[in-house]
Amino acid sequence: MTPNAVMDILQVTVLVLVAAGATLVVRTRDRVRLVLVLSVYGMLLAILFFTFQAPDVSLSELAVGAIALPLILLLAIAKVRKPQ
Amino acid sequence: MTPRQRLWLFAVAAAGLIACYLWAFAGLPGFGNYPGPYGPAILKHVIAQTNATGAVSAVNFSYRGFDTVGEEFILFTAAAGMSVVLRRLRGERKSESSPAEDATKRQVPATSSAVRIVSLLLVGPTALIGWWLATHAQTNPSGGFQGGVILATAFFLVYLSGEFIAFRRLSPIAVLDVAEAVGAGGFAAVGVTAVALSLPYLFNYLPLGTIPGAVSSSGTIVLISFLVGIEVAAAFILIIGELLEQTLLRRAGSS
Amino acid sequence: MQVFPFLVVAWIVAVGLYGLITSRDLIHQVVCLVVVQSSTYVLLLAVGYVTGGVAPYFFDISPHAKAVDPVVQALALTDVVVEAAVTALLLSFAVQAHKRFGTLDPHELAEFKG
Repeated sequence: MTPNAVMDILQVTVLVLVAAGATLVVRTRDRVRLVLVLSVYGMLLAILFFTFQAPDVSLSELAVGAIALPLILLLAIAKVRKPQ
Repeated sequence: MTPRQRLWLFAVAAAGLIACYLWAFAGLPGFGNYPGPYGPAILKHVIAQTNATGAVSAVNFSYRGFDTVGEEFILFTAAAGMSVVLRRLRGERKSESSPAEDATKRQVPATSSAVRIVSLLLVGPTALIGWWLATHAQTNPSGGFQGGVILATAFFLVYLSGEFIAFRRLSPIAVLDVAEAVGAGGFAAVGVTAVALSLPYLFNYLPLGTIPGAVSSSGTIVLISFLVGIEVAAAFILIIGELLEQTLLRRAGSS
Repeated sequence: MQVFPFLVVAWIVAVGLYGLITSRDLIHQVVCLVVVQSSTYVLLLAVGYVTGGVAPYFFDISPHAKAVDPVVQALALTDVVVEAAVTALLLSFAVQAHKRFGTLDPHELAEFKG
C-alpha cells in the first residue's frame, strides 16, 4: 500500500476513536469516573495530533489534557464532596 | 420553561448550527489540500530569517510573537483570578492549628508505598525533561509552554508522593508570584527593548548565531521560550496550590 | 477522506453542546466545555494538513521537504495550555458556588438571586 493510504487508514481510525471518546466523556455522570475518562480522551487526542504530523501539539495535549487538567479537576471534586 | 421545552429549543438551534457548520465545511478545499500562501511562505524563509529549525516555535515566538504575549497574559490573569475567587468567605476562618496537625486529624487513606517511591524517583527526571524542553524551542518539537507544564508536573509528583507539607515548602506563594511576574514581564520587556532600539515590537534583535538549530542560535526565540517556561510552570503550581489551600479552611461552627 | 475530519469536528461540537445543555452538575458542564474546545484543535490541525507532508522540523531533513502548515500548529499549541488555566478558573467558580449555596445543580442555582 502506498504510504498515503496507510496514513489515511491510521487517521480515520483515530478520528473514529476520538469521536467515540467524546461521546463517552459526555455520557459519564459520575464525577471521579469522569476524570479518568477525560484523561483517556486527552491521550486519544494526543495520538490524533501525532498522526496529523504535529508532535508539538501532541506533547502539549499529553502534558495538559492527560495530566494537569484531570489533576485540577480531581482537586476541585475533592473540595465539593460531601464530608463523610 | 420546563426542561423538555429547553431540550426542544436546543434541538432546533443545534440542527441549525450543525447545518451551517457543514455548509461552511463544504466550502473548504478538502482535507489535505492546504492552499494557503502563509504556511509555505514561512517554511521557505524560516531558516534564512531566524536560524531556527523548529518552524512552529519560530512562528510562536517570532512571527506571531504578539499573539503569544496575549495568550501568556491570559494564563497570568487566570492564575491571578483564581486567588481572588477562592478568597475566604464570610464565616470561614483559617484553622489555627498547623497544616501538619490538620493532616493527622483527617482520616486520609495512607498512600501506597509503590506510588510514593515511583513519584519520588520520577521528580528529578521530570524536572530535567521540562527544563530541557523549555530551553530547546528552536530545534525540536519543544518550547516554553510544554516545558513549563512538565516542570510543574514535577512539583505535582512531590504532592502525589504524600508530602503535601514538602510541596508547600518547596513552592511558597511569594517565590511563585515573583517567578510568574518575572516570566510574564520578561516576555513583554524583551519586546519593549526592541522598541527602545527603534525596531518593531518583539523584533528579533539578538545575534542569530551561525549554525541553524544550535542551542545558541535564533536570537530572542530562546530567551522568550525560557521566560515563557518559567511563567507557565509558576502559573500551574499556583493554580494547584490555590486548590490545595482550600483544605486548610474550616467553616465556622464545624470542626 | 476529503471531509471526514470535519464531520468528526461537527459531531464533537454537537455532542459537547448536548452534554452542556442536559447536565445536572456544574463539574460535568465544565468538562463538556473542555470537549467542545478540543474540537477546535482538531479543526485547526485538519485545516493545515498537507497530504504527504511531514512535521515542520528541519533539523535532519532538507528544508525543501513538503511540510504541513506550522502556523495552525502554533495556534493550537498555546491554546491547549491556556485552556487548562481557564478551566481551572471555571472550576474555582464552581467551588465557590458550592460553598455559598450548597448545591452544584445548575437548575437549582438558577433560582438563586445574587
